[in-house]
Amino acid sequence: MSVLNPPMVRPMSANSPLRRRMRRFTAVSGVTLLAFMIVSAFLLPLLFMVTTSFKDKSQLTALGAPWYPAAPETFEYEGGTYPLYQVPMPDGTTRTLALYQPGRESSVWIDPAAPEAGTIDWEGRWRVLAPGYRFELYTDNFVTAWNALNFPRLLFNTLMIAGIGTIGAVTSAICVAYGFSRFRFPGRNGLFLLLLSTIILPMQVTLIPTYAVFSMMGWTGTWLPLIVPYFFGNAYNVFLLRQYFLTIPRELDEAAMIDGAGPFRILVSVIVPQAKAAIVAVSLFHFFWAWNEFYLPLIYLQGNQSAEPLSTAIARFNGVYSQEPTLIQAAAIMAMIIPVVVFFIAQRAFMRGIVFTGVEK
Amino acid sequence: MVASRFFPDTPTQDEGPMSATSGSATGPTVVELPGPRPSRFSLARRENLSGYLYISPWIVGFLVFTFAPMIASLLMSFTDFDPRAPGATAFIGLDNYERMARGILGQPGGDPLIRDSLLVTVRFAALLIPVTLGFALAVAMLVNSTLLAGRNVFRTLFYMPMQIPIVASTLIWIGMLNASTGWFNQLLAAAGITGPDWLNSVTWVAPSLTIMGLWGIGNMMLIFLAGLQGIPSELYDACKVDGAGRLAQFRNVTLPMLSPVLFYNVIITLIGTFQYFTQAYIIGNGRGDPAGATNFFNFHLYREGWAYFQMGYASALAWLLFAIVLTLTVILFRSAGSWVYEAGGDR
Repeated sequence: MSVLNPPMVRPMSANSPLRRRMRRFTAVSGVTLLAFMIVSAFLLPLLFMVTTSFKDKSQLTALGAPWYPAAPETFEYEGGTYPLYQVPMPDGTTRTLALYQPGRESSVWIDPAAPEAGTIDWEGRWRVLAPGYRFELYTDNFVTAWNALNFPRLLFNTLMIAGIGTIGAVTSAICVAYGFSRFRFPGRNGLFLLLLSTIILPMQVTLIPTYAVFSMMGWTGTWLPLIVPYFFGNAYNVFLLRQYFLTIPRELDEAAMIDGAGPFRILVSVIVPQAKAAIVAVSLFHFFWAWNEFYLPLIYLQGNQSAEPLSTAIARFNGVYSQEPTLIQAAAIMAMIIPVVVFFIAQRAFMRGIVFTGVEK
Repeated sequence: MVASRFFPDTPTQDEGPMSATSGSATGPTVVELPGPRPSRFSLARRENLSGYLYISPWIVGFLVFTFAPMIASLLMSFTDFDPRAPGATAFIGLDNYERMARGILGQPGGDPLIRDSLLVTVRFAALLIPVTLGFALAVAMLVNSTLLAGRNVFRTLFYMPMQIPIVASTLIWIGMLNASTGWFNQLLAAAGITGPDWLNSVTWVAPSLTIMGLWGIGNMMLIFLAGLQGIPSELYDACKVDGAGRLAQFRNVTLPMLSPVLFYNVIITLIGTFQYFTQAYIIGNGRGDPAGATNFFNFHLYREGWAYFQMGYASALAWLLFAIVLTLTVILFRSAGSWVYEAGGDR
């Protein structure tokens, strides 16, 4: 059948290995270039964030300012500092000149490339000219944002809330997943289905009574409502770990059992080491989910800003400094840097976990 | 026999090979011993107890943080509970639901904002779902292509924005979409187009949020990717033999084979839209700006509960949310049979 296929009966020269490799090379270059362009556009806001955060606020609205962080260029001449401008000359060229004596309708300039040549008289309004720029990073935005946010405090709060929550979420999920994957007991399948069905239950349905009770207990304004509920096995985490535990060969349990290990010992010395990848993935998921969480800190920590995590504090910062895009972008970098760096470091564990849950669910 | 409690899924619990081997190890006389039955029973019971013990954190958590609050929330939805004066709570029957229904129907005496909040949410979903699904699928096909060099790098880069905390990514986009200082409009201006004031325009705020939503395609893309990788290449070969072009291959192989995954992504995004909050809160300045265009349903619920402290009414709204999410899930699961391809019956 394949003999009848048109490409197979073509003359050999048109399909020679070199030709084929060339054609493949062209196709690969084309597709890769396309992907590169798409991903560049996709991630362009990140470049915007970085460049804006290093700009002086005045550069944002300045005429003719470059896209990168820059400062108006100046020229030192005989002890004075003079700003540089792009000056259109009568002969049609544009020269970069230093404004020596500004005037309303005509000004006196110096050529920084040849100051010894003396001054240049020029007819026109210097105020409409575009200034010359040189690359310069302003780090003041970070200092201002750091201090205004009390960033170390926020970082500490976020790490504590996310860290303690993760410890609770992961240990409880390991236990519950072990129970569901390795033991037989009446109602197991029904209970597991119940666990899964809680995934579709919107948080808001249980939130109001929970909030009312926590508030009566005096827990609002503390981290407790953001941490304690995670010590009881979240459905996503349990599901992911249980699926993974099921793939661990039971022969390993058996071998440990013959050596006299009890169920807990088997969990600690067989299951957990075998499921390290899944446990790392679940920990990362939960940690950054908690890092990201906005709604719960918003309602529970409204009255106590000193306990706030990054998410709500940065949102409030945005409200206060909405007219200062440079500060806002600096704050955005500070809020995202840790999750993004950790993501790149732990990328493989991460992606594996996502594919695992995503596909199985 | 000892082992059997750890092998619940193997058919060895009663008379399987396990008991046979243990019998052969101690010799045939073991059958005549009077002991084995009760001890076997107690082992099964011990296995039950261990199972319950290990899942007990979840059982406790379910009862305390899910089941009891659900009942309480249902009861609260029939009251005028206000956390500032819990003692004055009164049972008001179906008043909250009536307020909700009147609001939705546009009758006097109803919640004046609920109808708009539902419309804002549904319109946004109608825009967000096709755009993000289409983009995620296109990206997944791109990073799945054997013609792409450095596929893992691209996958990571397309996924990466997911990892940016939502508050931070929202701030980045607020800057990017700023009418005068944002790059979006500056690029449009370079192309000769005067861009709108994206985030402060009633018309453009939903498209803005959709553009922002593209940064959230990471999981969808990976799920599509796994789906694409699960398509047997023989199907494409068969298609090629039949002389089908790329478009025909996409329509006749890729889409039908991906339909379960597509279906899953639709459900998840739809449910996500009804719970859309952080971006709406930040962009709308906590007020639904501009002119209620970011008054998403979940934001409306938040405002009733935590800005106006109408927690009885907010509970009723939460139950409406639950009803919507549940209905959507059921509808989509039901309708799935007609268009979702499932290979065989077994997994």
